[in-house]
Amino acid sequence: MNLMMLLEMAVTAMGERVAVGPLDRGLSCDRLVGDAAALAGRLRASKAEHLVLCDEPGAVLPVSLFGAAWAGVPYVPINYRLADDDLRRLAERAAPALAVVNPSGAERLAGVDGLEIVERDALGEDPAGGAQPADLSDWPMDPDAAAVLLYTSGTSGPPKTALLRHRHLVSYVFGTVEFASAGPDEAHIMAVPPYHIASVAAQLSQVYSGRRIVPLPKFDPDSWIDLVQAQGVTHAMLVPTMLARIVDALDRRGEALESVRFVSYGGGKSHRAVVERALELFPTAGFSHAYGLTETSSTVCVMGPDDHRRWAASDDPDERARLSSTGRPLAGVEVSVRREDGTDAEPGTAGEIWVRGEQVAGEYAEGGSQLDADGWFCTRDSGHTDEAGYLWIHGRNDDLIIRGGENMSPGEIEDVLLTHPAVVDAAAFGVPSREWGEEVAVCIVARSPAPAVDDLCELVRTRLRSSRVPARVEFVDELPYNDTGKLLRRELRQRFAADPSGG
Amino acid sequence: MVELRPGARFQSTVCATEVIVVKGTGPAELTCGGAPMAAAGSAERSGEPSADASEGTLLGKRYGDQDETIEVLCTKAGPGSLALGDVPLTVKVTKPLPASD
Repeated sequence: MNLMMLLEMAVTAMGERVAVGPLDRGLSCDRLVGDAAALAGRLRASKAEHLVLCDEPGAVLPVSLFGAAWAGVPYVPINYRLADDDLRRLAERAAPALAVVNPSGAERLAGVDGLEIVERDALGEDPAGGAQPADLSDWPMDPDAAAVLLYTSGTSGPPKTALLRHRHLVSYVFGTVEFASAGPDEAHIMAVPPYHIASVAAQLSQVYSGRRIVPLPKFDPDSWIDLVQAQGVTHAMLVPTMLARIVDALDRRGEALESVRFVSYGGGKSHRAVVERALELFPTAGFSHAYGLTETSSTVCVMGPDDHRRWAASDDPDERARLSSTGRPLAGVEVSVRREDGTDAEPGTAGEIWVRGEQVAGEYAEGGSQLDADGWFCTRDSGHTDEAGYLWIHGRNDDLIIRGGENMSPGEIEDVLLTHPAVVDAAAFGVPSREWGEEVAVCIVARSPAPAVDDLCELVRTRLRSSRVPARVEFVDELPYNDTGKLLRRELRQRFAADPSGG
Repeated sequence: MVELRPGARFQSTVCATEVIVVKGTGPAELTCGGAPMAAAGSAERSGEPSADASEGTLLGKRYGDQDETIEVLCTKAGPGSLALGDVPLTVKVTKPLPASD
């Protein structure tokens, strides 16, 4: 089991299809194989133990991902938005390595010990760099070899290096994608940054299904919409903040996107109002909401298009509430919600989310495997299921608010606040309290006129219970998100702890 | 007799077919072209598929038995056809999953 199996199958059946880029001058699957073979030869001739990628989405991504797999070295995409010192530190950790970089990356990484730097354009022109390209049948078959290293976002602690082995990623693709199932006109717009697990999963899924990848190097909502229209894009994957900004831009432009048949979103908290508006602005698209982690080779739960339509049309409030769930586990993945004592939580009761399956890696380069003896991985997310097995994510366990010994999920409080028509965005988090240990504080982004604080508190009191009523409510212009759309409650917590009088 | 486990790869001994196990564990009489399959890369190919087991395999298709005890994915196509014991494996028409990426 190796990522190269996926590419070899794809090129056998669909070699002439454009794998990445515009239809008229993109890289065919045959060319992708040729370039990856050349890069693999170059890697083998070097001392590189990793391939570091420091670039925006582009054709260089699948060439690097498969070239690394072919040469038997891990693919290590790093975040080009990091400060210089942090970027260099990540590259140093991967050395000796070959670094494929954008032009500014070449300057910023210059002089890192053990790092051979190749600019993206130079790689495109001469991927072998004078070395002998690798042969198609000549790639390692060790399913346990490391395929991808990803530095996790570290929203609730210092970043860790998630290690995904070939068997995890290949199991994910075999479990979720039908081979060569894409029609020749299908195209997937790739806007998520390369250092996000969704980028790795998307590359593999598109190549295996035969769907053309249309990369968007730098995301902004208007460029995204323009590229979708110019390239006749049919499929998209977005993190919720991207979807929210696209919905706003479409509203502003007075446009709807009719070429799009499929939108999936995930990787952070999504707001029901955004999803409901998106269903209108993508009139012909099916929507999927996915939940997954870097450590689980991306998606483990999904709410597909049929569910979206069904629950959006339902009059039953419990069924309609499923629109904010993440659906049910993929075939081959088990999910269990557990109480603190380790026993299974009843439907409707919050607990810690555990997952198990062939695609679940649950391993860090620093700390080894985190799977328990039975193969279960603790996501450190809290959530609950309903009677039908739908899963709701409440938030990171580290974000739990513990008030007088009672654990409260910020997500649950935020979901209630977001039902208020004047609330655009909301974040709940714990602040120190002499009496309770912690108390609930919320930051609200509101429409004008802003809602009354008493109304918001009353809403929480009636929908949840009095212990969840915020002790502090602050109105802010925007909430802190990281660049892949994760709400940074930790930042708010620190800001409030440092300034007890207010935000 | 081969030992099944998810991720295990087997080759036909009489044609180009190769498969990977998606589902199923334990010993199984997995055949292709009427001859027992072998661990991938472990056997030389010789002979031809038998006439009653030569409908062929298709690249990327999933094959399984009626009882859904095993499922294999064809990673290389060939003229032999797959069977578990005496029972031919059939192409599984899977309901396409909602793509999540």
